[in-house]
Amino acid sequence: AGGGATGVAGGAYWVDSQQKRYVPVKGDHVIGIVTAKAGDVFKLDVGGSEQASLSYLAFEGATKRNRPNVQVGDLIYGQFLVANKDMEPEMVCIDSSGRSSGMGIIGQDGFLFKVSLGLIRKLLAPKCEIIQELSQLYPFELVLGMNGRIWVKAKTVQQTLIIVNILEACEYMTAEQRKQALAKLSGN
Amino acid sequence: MKATPLSNCERRFILRAVEERKRLDGRQCYDYRNVRISFGADYGCCIVELGKTRVLAQVSCELVPPKPNRPTEGILFFNLELSPMAAPGFEPGRQTDLLVKLNRLIERCLRNSKCIDTESLCVVAGEKVWQIRLDLHLLNHDGNIIDAASIAGIVALCHFRRPDVSVQGEEVTVYTPEERDPVPLSIHHMPICVSFAFFQQGTYLLVDPSEREERVMDGVLVIAMNKHREICTMQSSGGIMLIKDQVLRCSKITAVKVAEITELIQKALENDQKVRKEGGKFGFAESIPNQKITAFKMESAAVDTNHVEEQAEEIITKADPPSEAFAKPILHTPGTAQIGEGIENCWGDLEESDREEAVEEEDESEATALECQKMETEDTMKETKKDEPIVLSDSEEEEVVILEPQELPKKTRARTNSKQENTSKKAFNKRRKKKRAAH
Repeated sequence: AGGGATGVAGGAYWVDSQQKRYVPVKGDHVIGIVTAKAGDVFKLDVGGSEQASLSYLAFEGATKRNRPNVQVGDLIYGQFLVANKDMEPEMVCIDSSGRSSGMGIIGQDGFLFKVSLGLIRKLLAPKCEIIQELSQLYPFELVLGMNGRIWVKAKTVQQTLIIVNILEACEYMTAEQRKQALAKLSGN
Repeated sequence: MKATPLSNCERRFILRAVEERKRLDGRQCYDYRNVRISFGADYGCCIVELGKTRVLAQVSCELVPPKPNRPTEGILFFNLELSPMAAPGFEPGRQTDLLVKLNRLIERCLRNSKCIDTESLCVVAGEKVWQIRLDLHLLNHDGNIIDAASIAGIVALCHFRRPDVSVQGEEVTVYTPEERDPVPLSIHHMPICVSFAFFQQGTYLLVDPSEREERVMDGVLVIAMNKHREICTMQSSGGIMLIKDQVLRCSKITAVKVAEITELIQKALENDQKVRKEGGKFGFAESIPNQKITAFKMESAAVDTNHVEEQAEEIITKADPPSEAFAKPILHTPGTAQIGEGIENCWGDLEESDREEAVEEEDESEATALECQKMETEDTMKETKKDEPIVLSDSEEEEVVILEPQELPKKTRARTNSKQENTSKKAFNKRRKKKRAAH
């Protein structure tokens, strides 16, 4: 763990911690894997102790006639509506105004992998150097779930694998090492 | 716990990557991951890391009577356990197919290949033989358990030393390690398993599959071979149909890999031997990396300590002096004293807190009874103070109840006289006895 004061007088402290196990928190955006379809509800694995439930109506533009096309094994990006230690967590793919704002079923291609929660928070910081430097390398699509899951899609398998390996290695690399590695790659 | 399910996109991606001859960690199709062997402080204990897959092996021995149909041979016992810490899908005590399959493979690889000379384990024919027990524990599952387990098993057996034994007539003496150096086992050859994963009905094959590749593969072929190119055991599972050419190709690859791994094992064993002889440090503690960079490494910030002393003195002089502590107790009655006045109760009208306070007062008074009786003889002046009711809060419900040593607790306070001092003790004790009898 480590700490740093957030500049404002009155001493608000942000204590960071290193962990890989995710505990569902209300409002968190996560990537879930569909494990079962039970009537009107999908069961998703989010990496917590319980599987989350997701109603088929919780998608943008979904009605009883117009159901979303979700299969077992698909990836879903959504946020937690209910998440406490007494109940199973519930997810939705729309925000409070009914729009999807980027949530929903994630596309068919691309690759999913897992990293520590601390690295995700670092990548989600407003001006993350890692993402900026990577975007100069190749164009790619990226979805970060607060449960430690990252989905990446680039043009070719090789490029996707490179991005996956760099992101996994960022856990243990200093900034200089990362810059060196990226310089070598862009030189090739 | 349930294992994390494999999503469709992962499956598709890995299959596509295999078709393009690419692996997730950048290896080539026939490449092994890094093999790392570390030894523990005891003989016969080692950890083998194949990439992130870790297996711990421990060999132990015991003198037992031999099996009746094999009176001149020692006994070998192999056991592989999948620890729940290895993967979320492993549960303790549950016999899965995987566990049975792995155990059978280890047995066939190490027992049926006769790599250990069991005749040399015999001490007294028909009466006493050595039973060698090999325990393998899987500590982390990142694919290809069988390879790591077979390497760990054979390395531990080579590393192990059993106590020296001498037989004179009917007498058997087992020497401790201090008396005589322990003796290594007699091992003929080192069989090592190599796994091949097949995809797309046998079109593509990968050596040393990682955990995700294992989930997506069609089937696996395991070949156990020693460095003399002798095949010790072979097993194909998953129901794939293999052509003769493929099997021959796999066995050629196995020969190359086994030669490399055997060399690595020899080097590791020699290194450990050297370190022990020279008296250097050995064991697991030495092989754990101490320093690791994580994503949260920050540069240490420089602190300006130029004017620290002056600043500290400033702060001290400006700060308020600490308030005086009141040490003298106020005596209400013989048996009850009060130190300080306490702060105003800011809990509001909570009945529970009132009851608690009354109970606390009763407990305190009994405990401090003997002490206070000494003080009352000294402080007769303080008796005048007790006449003033001590107001702690505005609440009418809250009253400070002070117990009389002679009477049952009343709501009003009573005076004590010096006359009552002498009798108070007796009465107090009487009352105490009454209370105990009541309980």
